Amino acid sequence: MEQKLIFIKDTDNSQDRINDFYAFFLNALKENKLDQAAQVVRVADIGIYDKGLVVKISGGANEIIYAFVQEANINDIVCRSVKEDKIIPELLFKDSPKQLRIVLRNCGQIDPENIDEYIACDGYQALEKVVNQLTPEQVIEELKKSGLRGRGGAGFPTWLKWNLTRQAKDIQKYVICNADEGDPGAYMDRGVLEGDPHSVIEGLAIAGYAIGANKGYFYVRAEYPLAVERVEKAIKQAYDRGLLGKNILGSDFNFDIDIRLGAGAFVCGEETALIASIEGRRGTPRPRPPYPSIKGLWDRPTAINNVETLANIAVIILKGASWYSAIGTEKSKGTKVFALTGKVKNSGLVEVPMGITLREIVFDIGGGMISDKEIKAVQTGGPSGGVIPKEFLDTPVDYENLQKLGSIMGSGGMIVMDESDCMVDIAKFYLGFCVDESCGKCVPCRIGGYQMLSVLGAISEGQGKLEDLDKLQRIALAMQKASLCALGQTAPNPVVSTLKYFAQEYHDHIVNKKCRSHKCKHLLNYSINQDKCKRCKVCAINCPVKAITGDKEKGFFIDPKICVRCGKCFDVCKFNAIAKE
Amino acid sequence: MVKVENEMTKEIALLVAKWKDKEGNLIMILHELQNYYGYVPRPAALELSRALGTPLARIYEVITFYNFFKLEPPGKNIISLCLGTACYLKGAAILLNEIKNLLNVEEGHTTKDGLFQLDVVRCLGCCGLAPVVKINDKVYGKVEKSQIMGILSEYNENKADQ
Repeated sequence: MEQKLIFIKDTDNSQDRINDFYAFFLNALKENKLDQAAQVVRVADIGIYDKGLVVKISGGANEIIYAFVQEANINDIVCRSVKEDKIIPELLFKDSPKQLRIVLRNCGQIDPENIDEYIACDGYQALEKVVNQLTPEQVIEELKKSGLRGRGGAGFPTWLKWNLTRQAKDIQKYVICNADEGDPGAYMDRGVLEGDPHSVIEGLAIAGYAIGANKGYFYVRAEYPLAVERVEKAIKQAYDRGLLGKNILGSDFNFDIDIRLGAGAFVCGEETALIASIEGRRGTPRPRPPYPSIKGLWDRPTAINNVETLANIAVIILKGASWYSAIGTEKSKGTKVFALTGKVKNSGLVEVPMGITLREIVFDIGGGMISDKEIKAVQTGGPSGGVIPKEFLDTPVDYENLQKLGSIMGSGGMIVMDESDCMVDIAKFYLGFCVDESCGKCVPCRIGGYQMLSVLGAISEGQGKLEDLDKLQRIALAMQKASLCALGQTAPNPVVSTLKYFAQEYHDHIVNKKCRSHKCKHLLNYSINQDKCKRCKVCAINCPVKAITGDKEKGFFIDPKICVRCGKCFDVCKFNAIAKE
Repeated sequence: MVKVENEMTKEIALLVAKWKDKEGNLIMILHELQNYYGYVPRPAALELSRALGTPLARIYEVITFYNFFKLEPPGKNIISLCLGTACYLKGAAILLNEIKNLLNVEEGHTTKDGLFQLDVVRCLGCCGLAPVVKINDKVYGKVEKSQIMGILSEYNENKADQ
């Protein structure tokens, strides 16, 4: 009997002990003496969200997908589906997602730790075609025709970056895969590295061939231990098969790959800072030009590409540039992976063709809002991006459109916000992140960010003045114009875009001293609704500053002068008698 | 103590031998040191400085720049509370306050009994589960404020068992 593969996606926490299912399956297989007949693989993403534990069994007559699997079902699945190839109809998952999976083509489909499975899905064929049939110029020409642009955020044409590096004259050149995904709320690269590391390795090797580099580096976040482990394994397997190393696939192309770990610095996503970090130094950026394509790693010409960009390369070579450029919009070709999160029902990784509207992503794929609250805005691009209010939900998503709206494509974070999210608070959150992560090398970013944050802090505490809004705009402009690297130049974006679309909310905070979303706690007022109050005294006992006084006859009252707005009374009241406004 | 230092010298000599010929090795060596000790002890940094011929200031310059490297020994159980965007929107700040109050510890520090270390992290890469708290290697998703006490007590009991 052919060995079957059981994929389990245990990253949905809607049920208890979900992380133990891997062990449950192993035990069930052992008990049924089937441990040689099937192999269990844990995957982070299978393309199905909010459906509990998802199990996919491949290698039998039909591929079977089960959703909402419970502990009690495991033995059944093992006995019937693994042993006898039968389908259990009650558990079967049926769905036709509106997605187009190119980058994530193999994620959740193959065992990422087994190179044979990648090869069986046409893996490394593109590399073979490239090294044996195409010249580097032809590879770059194919990419030019495909219209692929960098997926790290800025959307620089990939062919142009490669071409510039190719044309630089030097005996030693490098290619780097930027897998330092530090953007809070985004995990596309993690999904690809954990689910299909070989596709990125293949892309990196092709990049090396095209620009004339014989050495590549993976710069991976140390916070992703599983991704690091899988990339390490995949590199070793590729060496064993002669897909890396000397004379790859019988050609005269030599290519080596090494891993370097990041160490938790957001700024290291910036090219020159990343280079400094690989060189073993503090990750501070330096002025550009010279660009890394002329003077990069150890002053040699270097091309740096994002994980998602590289995962596209092999498919483009195999299926052709015209196939790829038929997907997407005029200036943005292909697909984009987004990490859809926030107040949306199905959060997870989604891959969609460029040009799809935000509304389709949030409502058709994301399944709509998580509660009955109305959508307020979608944030894209993380701390470097901006918010897009609900009026623009029907905008087709591509690099230019998002930029026009004051946001950016970014690496792919997409966060859905509803009426209960305060825009001043959101702006403060993102700016706080950039202030934390600023490397401190240049003044506009180091001081500008700090000053903007203190102004925002004052506004959220009810100490804001109307002229503060002007001040924010002025500092933002200075940062955008004068910062050394993209971190400082884009750090004001969340503030500028919320000011643009939600000026009324800032006014409410400053003039009326009100936060309608009840997020800014200094602007909250707690009071006791005497009609609902049962005089149980629980709030008064729990109040940490003794702001609640009174007795059973007269009732209890909160003294707003003493109250520190901690919300303890609101939490402990069993009768909803504490009013918050 | 002498023995410990001898071991340290040996360990570092091994590490340096492994990475000596590779360019830009300092960060990778620090990663391995931290994996081994849980943090980067000062004697180890001193020893490394001697072995590599790199000034101690340059080693500390790197250690203090990157969030990942620690200069203090870690607590027994490491709580990583995610304050990434998705978790923040879903109330991670409330969880943070609750943990701080319950354990009487500030972020980045260890409780007096050494049982818990509270770290705030920016993204654990599982935003679908927001808000997320990770204790050691176990991930708790969609955590609510009322569950914190129960989750933390799992680790207190472990201590009593030993």
